[in-house]
Amino acid sequence: MPGLDDLYREIILDHYRTPRNRGELPPPAAHAVGHNPLCGDEIDVYLQVDAGVVTDVKVGGQGCSISQSSASMMSQAVKGKSLAEVKALVRRFKGMMSIVTEDLQAPDDASELDDEEVKLGDLEALQGVVKFPVRIKCATLAWNTLLDALELSRTS
Amino acid sequence: MTAALDALAIRKHFPIFDREIDGQPIVYLDSANTSQKPREVIDAMSSFMETAYAPINRSAYRLAAEATDAYEGARAKVRRFINAPHAREVVFTKNATESLNLVASSWGRTNLRTGDVVVLTHMEHHANIVPWHMLAAERGIELRWVPLTVDGQLDLTELPALLDGAKAFSFTAMSNVLGTITPVRQLCDAAHAAGAIAIVDACQYVPHNVTDVQAWDADFVAFSSHKMVGPSGIGVLWGREELLDAMPPFLGGGNMIVDVRLDGYTPAELPAKFEAGTPPITEAVGLGAAVDFLESIGMPSVRQHELAVAGYALRTLTERFGDDITIHGPTDVEVRGATFSFGFRGIHPHDLSQVLDQRNVCVRAGHHCAKPLMKILGAPATARASFYLYNDESEVDLLADALDSATDIFDFLT
Repeated sequence: MPGLDDLYREIILDHYRTPRNRGELPPPAAHAVGHNPLCGDEIDVYLQVDAGVVTDVKVGGQGCSISQSSASMMSQAVKGKSLAEVKALVRRFKGMMSIVTEDLQAPDDASELDDEEVKLGDLEALQGVVKFPVRIKCATLAWNTLLDALELSRTS
Repeated sequence: MTAALDALAIRKHFPIFDREIDGQPIVYLDSANTSQKPREVIDAMSSFMETAYAPINRSAYRLAAEATDAYEGARAKVRRFINAPHAREVVFTKNATESLNLVASSWGRTNLRTGDVVVLTHMEHHANIVPWHMLAAERGIELRWVPLTVDGQLDLTELPALLDGAKAFSFTAMSNVLGTITPVRQLCDAAHAAGAIAIVDACQYVPHNVTDVQAWDADFVAFSSHKMVGPSGIGVLWGREELLDAMPPFLGGGNMIVDVRLDGYTPAELPAKFEAGTPPITEAVGLGAAVDFLESIGMPSVRQHELAVAGYALRTLTERFGDDITIHGPTDVEVRGATFSFGFRGIHPHDLSQVLDQRNVCVRAGHHCAKPLMKILGAPATARASFYLYNDESEVDLLADALDSATDIFDFLT
């Protein structure tokens, strides 16, 4: 059985202890709420998109160390990125979680980024979550909520 | 004098406890979720499928008659187990959730109109909330809620006012989160005094206590087999004959009719009226074996054992962890079962259960399908340890030791 060290890496606990980009953004920032119906965790993602770039992101809500640290790392990773970079990042992260994202498949469109061009950085620390399949939903909650916020910012 | 129960001897009847994970035994503290199964239940189901399995109620050959006898034999055992007046009042469903849906749908649609009142409590499982929400959306009925006291019991001070004009009072006999055992007879009496029927969600109660639906004077009682050492896939709705008789069928199909014509149908008598399609036949046999198993031990002994374990758990966890542990629900074991939801040193329940799993300590983490109650408790999620007849005090100690180990990782939270 994989050890807890694989799951609770120091950098994960650091983001859990000191979450980055906590707070809210006022409208017109997009606001999406994500629920994990299994455990009751909730995550708020506030997303400010200007001219195709995520200029600001804030995270609210509550949850376990994995969902909270993943949300914190996500906020760090997407801030200042173009929408194409963010989508590539979501694909790479979900790929790391062994999730195939059909609706996010890189289209043939040459303007889309190759996934390998985006760096996961701290997010690599969440690699160990795959060994604990029950926790994959915790790690991906913030990312699915980010997708909802992206959709809201696109349609508003 | 109730015979003392030997949990270690009882464990030997449960093959799953022969299993080790990582060379350690399983400390199964999740029986409020679902219980483990004794050899007697497993064998009864295997043997039935190997020697006597056949359709019920619809074929003339001897094998089918035997299968029908086995299925109806299980109904007779359940009737005796809950002291129901008649076996025909015992309806087999899929689980307690379906039983409650049956009542809300069939009794509710027949008897409730816009503005009618159904009273629930703040400690209900989603299974006793959502069916009423569905009916409220369809019928415009009003839902009223009995609140809780600070120690997690029902606050009955306003009960007569809440029940005033109500048509139904549907409540749990034992909370799956708080462990609280409610005063079922008193609640049934209050419902009847107000002219309402009393519906009891006894899913957490029946596996752990002597159940007597007549002593309760209840109108409907719902519970599941899988929490009382029986198989999943079968549950029970007991209802008063006159109420069940006056209700339309819930699901339509085979078995539940006496006649079907091009222009309509005539429903069957009880209980077939509410058992459309091929029922869980083998599971009924398993439930019958579960009832036999529990009766061979004696429900008074089960309750007495769980009182002792609950008392030991409350003392041990409080003494060892003091203010670091928040145990929800009553501190008086006389009004609670051995189900404990708790918060521990600020560690999220998901993380806590993950760490406990390293020592094979199995606890539930989450909202326990009772989100309104969790909101009232101010805890979006809790860990829950629930004990049954195969658990003993030594497993309380193992839980406490495992809790201590969680602090090594999450020491920064305290």
